[in-house]
Amino acid sequence: MGRHFISIWFFIGLLLLVYGAIIAGLGLYGLVSPPGRAIVLARLHAGIWWGALLIVLGAIYAWNFRPGK
Amino acid sequence: MTGLGFFLLQQAPSRLITLNFGDLLIIIIYFASVLAIGFYLKRHTRTGEDFFLAGREMTAWVAGLSFLAANLGSLELMGWAAAAYQYGILATHWYWIGAIPAMLFLAVVMMPFYYISKTHSVPGYLKLRFGEPSRALSAVSFAFMTVLMSGINMYSMALVMKVVLGWDINFSIWASSLTVAVYVALGGLLSAIFNEVLQFVLIWLGALLIPIIGLIEAGGWSGMVERISKNFPGQDYTHLWRTMAHFTDNPMGIHWTGIVLGLGWVISFGYWTTDFLVVQRVLAAKDLRSAKLAPIIGAAFKMMVPFIVILPGLLGLAVLPVKLTGEDVAVATGGHSYNEVLPLMLARYLGPGLLGLGITALIAGFMSGMAGNVSAFATVWTYDIYRALIRKEASDAHYVKMGRWCTILGVLVSIGTAYLVMQFKSIMDYVQALFSFFIAPLFGTVLIGMLWRRASPAGGFWGLLAGTVSSIAMWAWVKVDHSALAIIALSPHAKDMAENMYRALWSWTICVVVTVAVSLMTRPKPVEELTGLVYGVTEIPTERHLPLYQRPIFWAGVVGLAFLILQAIFW
Repeated sequence: MGRHFISIWFFIGLLLLVYGAIIAGLGLYGLVSPPGRAIVLARLHAGIWWGALLIVLGAIYAWNFRPGK
Repeated sequence: MTGLGFFLLQQAPSRLITLNFGDLLIIIIYFASVLAIGFYLKRHTRTGEDFFLAGREMTAWVAGLSFLAANLGSLELMGWAAAAYQYGILATHWYWIGAIPAMLFLAVVMMPFYYISKTHSVPGYLKLRFGEPSRALSAVSFAFMTVLMSGINMYSMALVMKVVLGWDINFSIWASSLTVAVYVALGGLLSAIFNEVLQFVLIWLGALLIPIIGLIEAGGWSGMVERISKNFPGQDYTHLWRTMAHFTDNPMGIHWTGIVLGLGWVISFGYWTTDFLVVQRVLAAKDLRSAKLAPIIGAAFKMMVPFIVILPGLLGLAVLPVKLTGEDVAVATGGHSYNEVLPLMLARYLGPGLLGLGITALIAGFMSGMAGNVSAFATVWTYDIYRALIRKEASDAHYVKMGRWCTILGVLVSIGTAYLVMQFKSIMDYVQALFSFFIAPLFGTVLIGMLWRRASPAGGFWGLLAGTVSSIAMWAWVKVDHSALAIIALSPHAKDMAENMYRALWSWTICVVVTVAVSLMTRPKPVEELTGLVYGVTEIPTERHLPLYQRPIFWAGVVGLAFLILQAIFW
């Protein structure tokens, strides 16, 4: 881009980092205190690995598109 | 899915999903993020070019993802998941033959003329090619259609939130629409595009877990097909073309000619190549090569959308313990309707946090579609109606100010439309018909204008008018005399969707015939005035000096080949 925008991919990276932390955190909390609502295939602990994936993706995008790079 | 909202209002059951604090936190962070982006981009939005065309600085990726996200209207995810449960994989036609060829055609054939002419909008192109009357006709019809569609989508979204989450209708309408109004009014198309890319990513990450976990539960694709055959014996839900030989062989009541000529040709090409809502995103690209690549990138992702939209519907057929029904039966029995398949799948697989992300995906879909409508409306109103017909000479700053105010005005009118629809719910039944009134003939006019230098200004205007009027007339004819359906849609068994397709085909044909006939009888524009607008008199920059992998035509070929392979696999 001609002007000095902060890249949209940086914003996306940040948001994914925050979302990943919340989702993985809730997933880990669910290991010690299972949620009241039963879900199918809960044994997969999708929240933990999906949250971890978001953290990794978010970190990659936030770092690669950080302002001033 | 126009019946979705009506059904939801009638039924108003208890909520399907209850969110916890973590889920709500994710939704609140989403709203805060889109607003923050709007405030951040306001300082970069000073000129009309910035506000209405995002400064023409977007990369191919940003323009391409935004191009696709703007199409993800309010009921895209839920509506097409429901259609997949009801009609099976036939719903995929709207993503593949109903999109991919047209998107590639836009990229390779039409984009050079839109981009080289430096038009701000599709009606703006008609002004350059055919003159002011054609622009006025298309601008007014587009503005009318956009605001009406936006209001109806807003109302439908609010009803979805009421049923799925138990949210108050007024709260949903005002919270979502004012958020969109603020970030689009602040940053114009730039803000809309940035947020659409963000929303696109969230839609994928929020919805992707459903098919992944669903396929694990069902035992992969073959396990899913086996379960569907067992649950619904004698019905074919997993083949694209095999049941298309006769109108009565498939639940849509449609023949393959309707899908290929009505959907795959007129409706699809009309929407993807002339609906300014989507074309505006590509016009914001930084150069011609990016503008050509953007629809190709959009097409590649569009081809994958069935994975998060259609597959959840099919998985619902395989794994849900209850059978979903039509709206009337669901209302009478207190059961679940087709339209609830996606929320049911969300509740089935997603735990705390993930559920919030899934709901955020739904809200992001609603808002990206709404922002698309509002930003396109602001441009067409400001440039093609206000500047062309009301105030011709004003400063650039004045038009930017008008764009900001008319963004807010557009949202308020949409909200008014939403409440109007609440009072007169039958309006929703006419939405799909509305689309075929305006878009199909517009495609005929733009296509001839770009490819035939002999097409005259009078031919363009009268062809567009004849196509639009004839489409409305055919719709009214069937309303008054239902037996006319056998003439318009070639079968008395044709459903609404099939009727819309054939009507679009006829109105496009009438538009083309009238345009050609009138053009041959009237004086065309001098050739020198057609430079940059028409094939044959426009110098299109060559790409032969680029390596093969950087040429748009190469990637168009790759996407086209993948499209054909998918047809063969799911034949």
